[in-house]
Amino acid sequence: MRVTTEPVAPAVRAPGGEPPPVAPPPRQRLHRRIRSTQWAGLAFLAPLLAYLLIFYAFPLYRNLELSVHDYTVRAFVLGNAEFTGFANYRDVLTSDTFGLALRNTLLFTFVSIAAQYAIGLALAVFFRANFRLSGVLRAMFLVPWLLPLIVSGSTWAWMLAGDNGIVNAALEAFGIGQINWLTDPDWALTSVITANIWLGIPFNLVILHAGLQNIPDELYEAAALDGANAWQQFWRVTFPLLRPVSAITLLLGLVYTLKVVDVIWIMTTGGPGNVSTTLAVWSYREAFGTGQPDFSPAATVGNLLILMALAFGFVYLQLQRRQHADQEGEQP
Amino acid sequence: MSSASRSVRAIAVCGAAVLAMAGCSSDTGAGGAQSSDTYTWWDPYPQHKKSSEWAERVAKCGDKAGVTIKRTAYDTTALTNQALLAAQEGTSPDLMLLDNPAVSTLADTGMLTTMKEFGLGTSGIDKNLLAAGVVDGKKYGIPVGANTLALYYNKDVLDAAGVDPASVKDWDSLTAALKKVTGAGKKGITFAGIGTEEGSFQFLPWFWGAGADLHDLDSPEAADALKLWTDWRKRGYAPESVINNSQNTTWEEFLTGKFAFAVNGTWQVDSAAKAKFDTGVLQIPGKDGGVAPTPTGGEFITAPVQKDTGRYDVTKKIVKCMTTPEGMVETAKTFAYYIPPTKATQDQLLKEKPRLKPWVKAVRTAKGRTSDNLGTDYPKISEPLWTAVQKALSKSKSPEGALKEAQSTAKDKVG
Repeated sequence: MRVTTEPVAPAVRAPGGEPPPVAPPPRQRLHRRIRSTQWAGLAFLAPLLAYLLIFYAFPLYRNLELSVHDYTVRAFVLGNAEFTGFANYRDVLTSDTFGLALRNTLLFTFVSIAAQYAIGLALAVFFRANFRLSGVLRAMFLVPWLLPLIVSGSTWAWMLAGDNGIVNAALEAFGIGQINWLTDPDWALTSVITANIWLGIPFNLVILHAGLQNIPDELYEAAALDGANAWQQFWRVTFPLLRPVSAITLLLGLVYTLKVVDVIWIMTTGGPGNVSTTLAVWSYREAFGTGQPDFSPAATVGNLLILMALAFGFVYLQLQRRQHADQEGEQP
Repeated sequence: MSSASRSVRAIAVCGAAVLAMAGCSSDTGAGGAQSSDTYTWWDPYPQHKKSSEWAERVAKCGDKAGVTIKRTAYDTTALTNQALLAAQEGTSPDLMLLDNPAVSTLADTGMLTTMKEFGLGTSGIDKNLLAAGVVDGKKYGIPVGANTLALYYNKDVLDAAGVDPASVKDWDSLTAALKKVTGAGKKGITFAGIGTEEGSFQFLPWFWGAGADLHDLDSPEAADALKLWTDWRKRGYAPESVINNSQNTTWEEFLTGKFAFAVNGTWQVDSAAKAKFDTGVLQIPGKDGGVAPTPTGGEFITAPVQKDTGRYDVTKKIVKCMTTPEGMVETAKTFAYYIPPTKATQDQLLKEKPRLKPWVKAVRTAKGRTSDNLGTDYPKISEPLWTAVQKALSKSKSPEGALKEAQSTAKDKVG
């Protein structure tokens, strides 16, 4: 690749048929020109930098600051919060809720992602074969993505309602007794995970389907000639070639699912008790769910979530690097 | 085009963009407009639009004081957060209608003026209603109206089951009535046990009605109250949905006509009158008879601290306009779910709307959530309390165990 692009580069640098400079211009002029283009470059960057600072760096800084101070409502207004170091982190980590919330977060995230990915991939492979109405059907699978969450969340809550929910009505018609999906401590987490899986399938379907388009048909033809059946084609061709797309889908899904509040809040508010409380829900509840905003613990939990997402981000980068190294190693 | 003129252009464009951004950011003035003839007003009634009676009433009080009132409505929780942010920025509104449990929290930040500073008297106002606005003996606002909870019943269902509503005098007779109703194939009672403040709000009448105190969540009395709810669940007198019900959902269940009783508030009076069946209202009974104290709802009119104290004169006129006896009765009628906070105005309202009688009685025996000297500690106790209710109702803990855990959590939080 590199070898082919290099000859093109000078042509790009001298547009408009300008004759190439015969002699190098005086040193000073060149210097000034570079500086003025650098300034222009900076000026072009400025809006982006300002945007990054205001909307990314500052909130992050503020979150850290909130978490190492004791911001009571009073201190929040007066701006004189006491610096407490890692006391908030200690409190959060030793709190009774932490273990449960962490377990719920991990369960919620990994079960959701695994199921979303598996179902999304199955559907993507299914839709790879273009058949009549496949476009319409595929579009219909996108509906969960398009609905406002308040609508889909409420609809799930309505369907799963214990006494008059449609799901229980169906179960009872088959002679299975009533299950209190949202109010039974044994089922509440399962219910919100189910709803979340449904919500995440379209995302996985779309990205994986796009990834499938990049796999050349010849490979399948070759595989077919070699006598590979559909199952073998999937495991030997589709799945390995889809690995980079899969990795990014899973990473995005992970970051996305770690911070889910809305579905859970709408369906169970993290209850009954705390059984469907994840770290994100816990953080939201501390800050906005009670009569008294408790910003410091909320920010602390939020920071822990950021750390978790960051850790998985590094795992992803590491995997990608290793993959690159493998690929380069394969080349002669 | 030479690269130099290109870069000049670029800088010009960026400069324009930066200016535009600065232009946007300087125009943020929602609250705290410092214009001398415009006064800002925040309230938690987004349902009352610009053309509503309520908005007109607010505007009229501004006219009387010779200024224009700029009214902004937020929903209740958003209002508290907005108020905190505004106080931090020094852009508080001149007047703010606050949900009563929020008053002590915000007063604690020093962002509210006392009524004494304004020279406004609060003598005629029912003590139990005023209590939520009192911190360390200082009064930080005047209730514009109050509401509370009571027991709505479906007369058709009770008649069919042969239950006389007058026979419900204590918990035992209520449970007996529920038994009869469910025996007759109808549903018993519905209430809201959701894991938010609403859950605590609905549990408090039973909690207080058993003689329990919010300082001791694990007292035997508190356990009695929680056992009443869990027993109703166990025997099928209450549906499983109560664990997740908000007060609105509860009311929708009641409106289906299948339930004999529902715990709900003054704000459903009109809706009850329009229901397809006959309804009535009972005060929530105490454990051994009598009337249980119910928590008060309703807003206080407060005046946040301003840098320019010269504005207080006009602010005082507006507060006065809103809290005259006629003004209070008018507020009550405008909202259709507010009971005015003084005896004289309550009597006046009853003359015009006699069917509000049980509600006036209920408001008189009601109790502020932040009273008993709890103040800003209330939210820290309320959260463990609703969590305990949820755990007991969903059977993940026994009532006693759940309350014991709640007490230790509350103790940690209150410190």
